[in-house]
Amino acid sequence: MTLEFVLGHLNYWLFIILMMTGFYIVVSRGNYVKKIVGLNIFQVSVFMFYISIGKVQGGTAPIFPVDLNINPDVLYSNPLPHVLILTAIVVGVATTALGLALVVRIREEYGSIEEEDILEIEQRIQAEENSEHGSAMGGRA
Amino acid sequence: MRHHLILRVITKLIAPPIILFALYVQFHGDYSPGGGFQAGVIFAAALILFGIVFGLRKVKRVLPPWLVIRLAAFGVLLYGGTGVVSLFVGKSFLDYSALASYPKDGQHYGIIAVELGVGIAVATVMVAIYYAFASRTPRINDEDW
Amino acid sequence: MDVLINLVLFAMMVATALAILRMRRLFAVVMLAGVFSLLSALLFVTLDAVDVAFTEAAVGAGISTVLMLGTMALTSREEKMPRKFSPLPLLVVCITGAVLIYGTLDMPSFGSAQSPAQTHVAAQYLERTPKDTGVPNVVTAILASYRGYDTFGETVVVFTAAVGVLILIGGFARRRDPEEGDAD
Repeated sequence: MTLEFVLGHLNYWLFIILMMTGFYIVVSRGNYVKKIVGLNIFQVSVFMFYISIGKVQGGTAPIFPVDLNINPDVLYSNPLPHVLILTAIVVGVATTALGLALVVRIREEYGSIEEEDILEIEQRIQAEENSEHGSAMGGRA
Repeated sequence: MRHHLILRVITKLIAPPIILFALYVQFHGDYSPGGGFQAGVIFAAALILFGIVFGLRKVKRVLPPWLVIRLAAFGVLLYGGTGVVSLFVGKSFLDYSALASYPKDGQHYGIIAVELGVGIAVATVMVAIYYAFASRTPRINDEDW
Repeated sequence: MDVLINLVLFAMMVATALAILRMRRLFAVVMLAGVFSLLSALLFVTLDAVDVAFTEAAVGAGISTVLMLGTMALTSREEKMPRKFSPLPLLVVCITGAVLIYGTLDMPSFGSAQSPAQTHVAAQYLERTPKDTGVPNVVTAILASYRGYDTFGETVVVFTAAVGVLILIGGFARRRDPEEGDAD
């Protein structure tokens, strides 16, 4: 593993570290707002990974001069990932809003946005339903 | 936020330039960084800022909720409609070359129309989402912040 | 120089992400999320993606922060005490990360002009955009013209998300807000 290789891949590894931090927030925290923040971090890291694939060393932003007199010596970065990610960011905020709306509804139904509380309430409801159902069916539960 | 004088004055000063900047980003998007998505978000940000500082009722007077939903649908339809028009003048769906006598001009017109559709749709969608959240918000006391 | 700027931005972003992990006041978490977005916008500028940086700054630091604050006001201000530390999530995350890093070993190095992403169709787009459309901003040309189909789909997705939000918490169920204008 030469220094050149490390420098050439360092960016990718750093993106993956950030991505995994977001992932860890999603799986280890119980608060739904925090989970969505973690998901956002994950998402932005994926965006950065995509954009970094389109970067050309010594290149510049893919916007030509207004008069379209293009100097052939100028190197432009790859515009395709930019297009994909540009739309993905706006779609991302729209879906984040959808997730937050779900969180608001969950809070209204359960009175909590902590995963543990909600699981507890769910189990209690389940148990109640089971005992009702069980006595009606002859007392299995 | 009736007593936050500085916020109110700054918002009054800054909201119109934000909207102007959004329009610049929208219509200059083919020459400089920008386009429908960015312009829509910036436009919505100006309205949301206004709504946060001056209250939901005032911003709803500027852009009533029924209009927001219809404009969002209109934006999407403007995009699709441009595609259908290009279909009827003899090219494929969303191929704008036939919209004017020169293909290059046609492409330019098509891009402007489509970006306008995106801008309207994104701006109104963001405002609609903001309305949905803010209409539910219980009153926040200033001591809580 | 580029490497140095990237490293500094990364250090700041990792610090922000770790602070989000540790913080229990949701207000601080939401604000740090905005900071994270702004830092990533800076990184997009160094990666030549000015349009993306633009969008990320407006969306991440603007709209999504407002939406999260709105959610926070409707739900709770504080995260409950975290449950006991369990090694399972950490293990899952480490394994996933290791697999992903193993996957990058075969990738072309960062910024290489000979990588497949650069040599396939990208050059064609850059070459044909001035001739076909006469639009100097290649990103706009691809977004609206060459890949107009994709963008149409994305616009519909954004619209659909708004419809979903309105169905969940929007004005269709009007019983909960008798004096909606007063939320300032």
